[in-house]
Amino acid sequence: MKQRIYMDHTAGMPVDPSVIEAMLPYYTEKYGNPSSLHSWGNEARKALEDSRAKIVDLIGAKKPEEIFFTSGGTESNNTAIKGVTKRNKDRGNHIVTTSIEHMSIINPCKSLMKQGFEVTFVPVDRYGVVDLQALENAITDKTTLVSVAYANGEIGTIQPIKEISEIIHHKGASFHVDAVAACGQIPINVQTESIDLMSVSSNDMYGPRGVGALYVRTGTRIEPITQGGGQERGLRSGTENIPAIVGMGKAAEIAKAEMKNESERLVELRDRLVKGVLNSVPASFLNGHPTKRLPNNANLRFSYIEGESLILSLDKQGIACSSGSACTSKTLEPSHVLLAIGLKHEDAHGSLLFTLGRRNTQEDVDYVVMALPDIVKRLRAISPLTPKEMLQ
Amino acid sequence: MYTDKVLDHFRNPRNVGEIPDADGVGTVGNPVCGDLMSIYIKVKDNRIEDIKFKTFGCGAAIATSSMITELAKGKTLDEAMKISRGDVASSLDGLPPIKMHCSNLAADGLHAAIQDYLKKKGAQK
Repeated sequence: MKQRIYMDHTAGMPVDPSVIEAMLPYYTEKYGNPSSLHSWGNEARKALEDSRAKIVDLIGAKKPEEIFFTSGGTESNNTAIKGVTKRNKDRGNHIVTTSIEHMSIINPCKSLMKQGFEVTFVPVDRYGVVDLQALENAITDKTTLVSVAYANGEIGTIQPIKEISEIIHHKGASFHVDAVAACGQIPINVQTESIDLMSVSSNDMYGPRGVGALYVRTGTRIEPITQGGGQERGLRSGTENIPAIVGMGKAAEIAKAEMKNESERLVELRDRLVKGVLNSVPASFLNGHPTKRLPNNANLRFSYIEGESLILSLDKQGIACSSGSACTSKTLEPSHVLLAIGLKHEDAHGSLLFTLGRRNTQEDVDYVVMALPDIVKRLRAISPLTPKEMLQ
Repeated sequence: MYTDKVLDHFRNPRNVGEIPDADGVGTVGNPVCGDLMSIYIKVKDNRIEDIKFKTFGCGAAIATSSMITELAKGKTLDEAMKISRGDVASSLDGLPPIKMHCSNLAADGLHAAIQDYLKKKGAQK
C-alpha cells in the first residue's frame, strides 16, 4: 500500500478522539445556552467555566476571568490589536510589531494605519529573532501596544519573550503575544513572562477548528470589536460555541499533560529530518533558528527549484507539507517571513515547511528523507538555474 | 486544483533539456517571480524540427513548458507564432485562474525563441 505521511500540521491538525468524545454530548444532550437560568443553562455554563479553567491552567493565567473564548486565532489577534489600540486612543496612536507576524496581525495593523494609527514593523535577524535594540528604539510615549508572536509558525523561531516584555513594560505599553503556533507545544506562563494579552487557537493543539481564546490580564484597557448580547463579559458577544469550547478545554488539558514527553519526541524527529535532508540533498539549508525553534517545525530550503513543484512531487509519494512559495499563496508574493530573514526571492520560492505531529513516527521521517533527494534531483534537472556541475 | 493533463505534463515533462547548437533561444520570466523558462529551437526549412525547454517554477510553469514543445514541434514558424497562451492552457484542459498570468509563459518563451532565430538569420544575411 502507498504510504501517506502528513507533515503539514500548521495547516491543520487531526482532532484528538477523546476531544471529540468530550464534545459530542454538548451537541445532542447538553445543548443549553449558558445564559439561560434553567438546568440546561447551568449545565452549559458549568462546561464553559470548566473549559476556561483548563485554559487558565495551560497558560498560567491568574484568574478565569482573564480568558475570553473567540472563534480562533484570527479573531483573538484582531480583538487584541484593534481592541487595545482603540481603547487607548487617548494615550497614543502607535503600534509596534515585527516584520514576521501572521497576516491576522499585519492586516489589522494595516487597517488601523488607514484610520490614522502609526505602525512600526521591527526587523528580525537571519534566524528570525526580533532585534531587541530596534524594538526598544521603536517604542515611544505614543506606543500603546506591542505585538510579537511567541514563535513563528512558518520558520519555527521562538522569541525571547521575557526579555521583550521587560523592555515593553519599562516603557508602559501593553504587550500582546500571538501564541497560536507555540501554545500547547512549549511551556508558556503569562504571569512569569509578563504577557498582557495572548492569542491561542484550539486546532493548533488538536482541538476543533473555529474556536480559540484571548487572554487579557486584569487591568488591561481593551474594548470589544463587535457588539451584541454582551457574552464573555462584554468583550466577545455571541452565543458561546459550547461544544467547540469544551473540545478546546479538553485539548488544552491533554496538551499540558503530554507536553514534556511529546516535545522531546518531536525535537528528536525534527532533528532527524533536518539532519537527514541536509546530509542527503546538496545545496539544501535550514530556515529559522537551529535550536530556538518549535519542536514540530522543520523549514528547509532547496536552491534552484520552486516549492510548489516540490509539494506536487512529494504529494505523488504520499507526503504532505507546505511551502513559502508564491505559487502556493493567494498573493503571488513569496512568504514575507522568508524575505524578512533576508532570503532572496528565488530562495524563498524554494522553501518547504514540514510540521510534525503526534502521529508522525521515525519511519515517516526516514521515508521523507529517502524520497526527497530524487525529487529534488529531478526538478533540478529541469531547472535552468541549476549549475551544470551539479547535474553530473 | 490542477487538471490531470497538467499533472501528467508536470510529472512526465516532454522534451526537457537544452539544445547546445540551438538556432533560437527564448528566455522569459524571472526567478524573483518564481518562474523562469528557456525554450530552445532547431529550425529546418522554416519548420521547428526540434524543441527543448528548461524551467524553474511551479507545476503549471513546468506543464505549460512541456505542452508548448508538443504544440510547436513540426509546425512552421508562422504557425508556431500563432500559438497563444490560451491555446497552451486549453490544451492542458485549463489552468487555475491565478496561474493564467504568472505561470503561463510558455507561448511567450516560444515566440521569443523564434524571434531570436529570425534575428540571428537576419544578421547572417
